[in-house]
Amino acid sequence: MSGPRHNDMRTPMRRVRGLGAAHSGTADFWHMRVTSAAGVLLTIALVVIVISLLGRSHAAVVQILGSPIVAVIMLLFIVNSIYHMWIGMQEIILDYVHEDKLKFLSLMANTFFCFAVGLASCFAILKLSFGV
Amino acid sequence: MAELEAGATGARRPRPISPHLQIYRPMLTMTMSIVHRITGAGLYFGMLLLAWWLIAAAAGPNAYANFEWFMGSLIGRLVLLGFTWALMHHLLGGIRHLVWDLGYGFQPAEREMLAVATIVGSIALTLLVWVIGYFAMGGLR
Ligand code: HEM
Repeated sequence: MSGPRHNDMRTPMRRVRGLGAAHSGTADFWHMRVTSAAGVLLTIALVVIVISLLGRSHAAVVQILGSPIVAVIMLLFIVNSIYHMWIGMQEIILDYVHEDKLKFLSLMANTFFCFAVGLASCFAILKLSFGV
Repeated sequence: MAELEAGATGARRPRPISPHLQIYRPMLTMTMSIVHRITGAGLYFGMLLLAWWLIAAAAGPNAYANFEWFMGSLIGRLVLLGFTWALMHHLLGGIRHLVWDLGYGFQPAEREMLAVATIVGSIALTLLVWVIGYFAMGGLR
């Protein structure tokens, strides 16, 4: 914020970029807000979709989940939630895990988990949609 | 004061010490803060449930029947009830965060009100969702 100080160890380029120690500035903070705002609408949509599918036969569930509008809403919910929980869990890990090896292992496990669950869910929706 | 003294002696200024969490009287707003984190972590693993549902539907009638069997069991119902409540609580807690981000709700009475609204609202919404859900299934089973 303030101008150059004699004890500032950063190069002028680092100061101008203003990205701090995480190298990504406030991106995570902002993306958390974006995914939360979207999450409000998408969560309501998910609850409505799930309720409307309760007690229906497998064939009916397949047909409805695979129909374009429902499928796109489901994909939006999945992608939004996975990205949101990826950042969120990273925040939790950085708060509580301070030992280096364990920290990086946890961060890696978080990434693997989110990609695996997200990809599997999206794949299922696409398969239902394209009916292969 | 301390600064002046330290300056005079050239010694290091003592760092300020702040009491840790246990020192404070527990308050509803604190509890809501940690519950938001706990529900977030619960939902994180709860997304496995959603993935299972979708994969089972995509895999075929047998896989889907297994999923339905589990969800119809007592444990399945309890897990789903827990997931519903966590989702509703985290949703309302998240809206509370968005209200704060817009700059509202920081007065002591407002903070307390938001905390109470979150807990009461989450229970009410959970009940509402389940009542509608059972209606949609055509009654209790
Ligand atoms: C299945 C869906 C969701 C999952 C898996 C999820 C997961 C998480 C996780 C793991 C965190 C980190 C907790 C922490 O840092 O304390 C978090 C934080 C947060 N979530 Fe969610 N969440 C979901 C839905 C939502 C929704 C619908 C909203 C909408 C309002 C929301 C709003 C927030 C906010 C605002 C935070 C940040 C809290 C803070 O800064 O302390 N989340 N979420």
